[in-house]
Amino acid sequence: MQVLDDLWIRIAVWFRGLLESFLPPWAVQLTMDVLGILLLIVLGIVVVLAFTYMERKVIARVGDRIGPNRAGPFGIFQAIADAIKMLTKEDVTPTNADRWLFLAAPIVVIIPAVLLYAVLPFGRGMVGVDLNIAVVFVVAMGGIPILTMLMAGWASNNKYALLGAFRTVAQLISYEVPMVVALLTVVLLAGTMSTVGIVEAQASFPFALVTPVAFVVYMLAGLAELNRTPFDLLEADSEIVAGYFIEYSGMKFAMFFLAEYINLFMVAGMITTLFLAGWQWPILPSWLWFLIKVVVVIFLMMWIRATFPRFRIDQMLGFAWKALVPVSLVNLFLVALVAKVLEPGWARTGVLFVSNLALLAGAIAIMAQVARKREERARAAGEAAIKRYYGSEVR
Amino acid sequence: MLKTETITINMGPQHPSTHGVFRMVLTLNGETIVDLKPMFGYLHRGLEKTSESRTYLQAVPFTDRLDYICSMSNNFAYAVAVEKLAGIEVPLRAEYIRVIMAELTRLVNHMLAVGFLFNDLGAWYTPVVYAFRERERILDLFEMASGSRMMCNYIRPGGVAADLPAEFLPQLRKMIPHLENFVREIRFYLSDNEIFKARAVGVGFLPADMAVAYSITGPVLRASGVKYDVRKAEPYSIYDQFEFDVPTQVAGDVYARYLQRLDEMDESLKILRQAVERIPDGEYATKVPSRLRPPKGEAYARIEAPKGELGFYLVSDGSPNPYRWRNRPPSLINLSALREMCLGHKVADVVTILGSIDITLADVDR
Repeated sequence: MQVLDDLWIRIAVWFRGLLESFLPPWAVQLTMDVLGILLLIVLGIVVVLAFTYMERKVIARVGDRIGPNRAGPFGIFQAIADAIKMLTKEDVTPTNADRWLFLAAPIVVIIPAVLLYAVLPFGRGMVGVDLNIAVVFVVAMGGIPILTMLMAGWASNNKYALLGAFRTVAQLISYEVPMVVALLTVVLLAGTMSTVGIVEAQASFPFALVTPVAFVVYMLAGLAELNRTPFDLLEADSEIVAGYFIEYSGMKFAMFFLAEYINLFMVAGMITTLFLAGWQWPILPSWLWFLIKVVVVIFLMMWIRATFPRFRIDQMLGFAWKALVPVSLVNLFLVALVAKVLEPGWARTGVLFVSNLALLAGAIAIMAQVARKREERARAAGEAAIKRYYGSEVR
Repeated sequence: MLKTETITINMGPQHPSTHGVFRMVLTLNGETIVDLKPMFGYLHRGLEKTSESRTYLQAVPFTDRLDYICSMSNNFAYAVAVEKLAGIEVPLRAEYIRVIMAELTRLVNHMLAVGFLFNDLGAWYTPVVYAFRERERILDLFEMASGSRMMCNYIRPGGVAADLPAEFLPQLRKMIPHLENFVREIRFYLSDNEIFKARAVGVGFLPADMAVAYSITGPVLRASGVKYDVRKAEPYSIYDQFEFDVPTQVAGDVYARYLQRLDEMDESLKILRQAVERIPDGEYATKVPSRLRPPKGEAYARIEAPKGELGFYLVSDGSPNPYRWRNRPPSLINLSALREMCLGHKVADVVTILGSIDITLADVDR
């Protein structure tokens, strides 16, 4: 088991030894760094291939279909066939597009996505850079795609794209707030901003158990950051057709697609790291645990995508500002208070878990109340109209 | 200097959610609809004029192509109109077969309407695929009887094209509980979805008085609370012999229209249960000459098609060709209140409201 657990580190150490036998020390360091970066980029692409296939299969199965089954056994080469198709497609630039911005957007969108992988702890001792402010880095890098989407939407000179870009800015900036507050809760509990430190702080209890509210808020905000159902209004195919990337074709479109799935893995990885104890948990090798948890989280997201309708723009913003932000702020206050009073252990976890559930239940009750009010209003309006039509008495 | 500008968006004619080649010119203030202009006619095939140069029987296949989802109902309405014009008696067994087919068509239509409504809401094809699965089973029955799945051309003036095959009724008997279960399933999984409710409740409100003023019919009208169903108001065929209710809703919004369709599916299944039990043996059609020459005169017959009141107005001058062949399409007339329903809502709601009206562009443009 120990061997399997350290497998990748052992390979790295062995390879480093091999290089050291014939290269000067600075060249060894450089080669290892470049290889590490290449490895992360390749991982990104593998992730895209694997998860597009998985997404199509999962959505198909939920919809009582078979899904891709033509290219190769069980259709596993479907993603590759798609990639080839993307590469061979004509690359169209609209006549009145802002050429440079239009060209730059798909390139800029992919860079922060790949950069984020640097701070993701894939296993015990397997992290690109153990940054002491990794959480801040994640938030900062997560902000860049907003800019690129606005770039793409504006440069396309298309009204649907522009609407999509408007929605992007409104949505992503709004959801950054509850996301950061949820992150802050975790940082409070862990006492560190390093992703490695956060994973190590969850040795006894994963933070999803300690503060379920932060977990739920982060999950929802993550879905919104990924533009996935029920927050996929940026690319709502049934409303604004494709949103900000409507004018993109061929490889430029594929870049947005790549970024989307790289981000999907990243957000699932962050959820795993922050709330599901990352690579911790016994018996299996650490990197395998990480992978399993990520796949489970991604499966959950696909399941949601296959079954839920989407919000409307005002509801989506209202949900962020009126529900998620207050709830996560109250939770932050709660966690700060309890963490100050009680020492880490069963008592603290228990108190926080119960109080979090109560908070969640309260928030849901309030939202249900609001929904009921709206239903009553709609009914009253209908009744008034029926009365107008039929005279005094209803039916 | 800050200023705001309204933008104009052409939604359609090629758009994933306009249910065909329908175009809406939207004037938007941000995301809010300031003005909406529906444009149609992209699918105009001149079916009325074409039919006037054909004999009465030759026009039956054209009716299939009015609302291609409900071809049986269209046949039915046309057959009733021709029979009224020429005074043709229809055997009882044929009437039962017609009712069975019409109610199955209603099921097909409402299933798809509900499924596509969720597609418009962004539910990624899952509900619509389930709806299609059940629809396929019903289309199998249609194929069994008529040889065609969509363009059935089955209900003809005088009766139906052919008798039901022996395995049809047993199959249908088995289907009914299955379909009842399907409706229950839809209710269970979709009706209480919070996001769906948030998107549908209070959206696209159509007041009862306005609905009547626009001469809206069908589920859209009943969802606004007006209890009007041609099957009860002016019974045709043998609908007066069946026990069923006309469900209505109160709220008149997208959600009410959705619930209305589910309720109507339940009622259709009730009718089907009775029809399957009571269907008599006997002739399936009266002989009608292929060059039918109805006496001089005119006739308007209407039925409760799945989308609303479907009527045919025929004028005969005594020749084998109709002098005037006029069709009252429910889709077109229900569409007329679209602007009123959409004003003040968001872009996303337009798609939902259009989906809840449930139109077929072939029926709008003819």
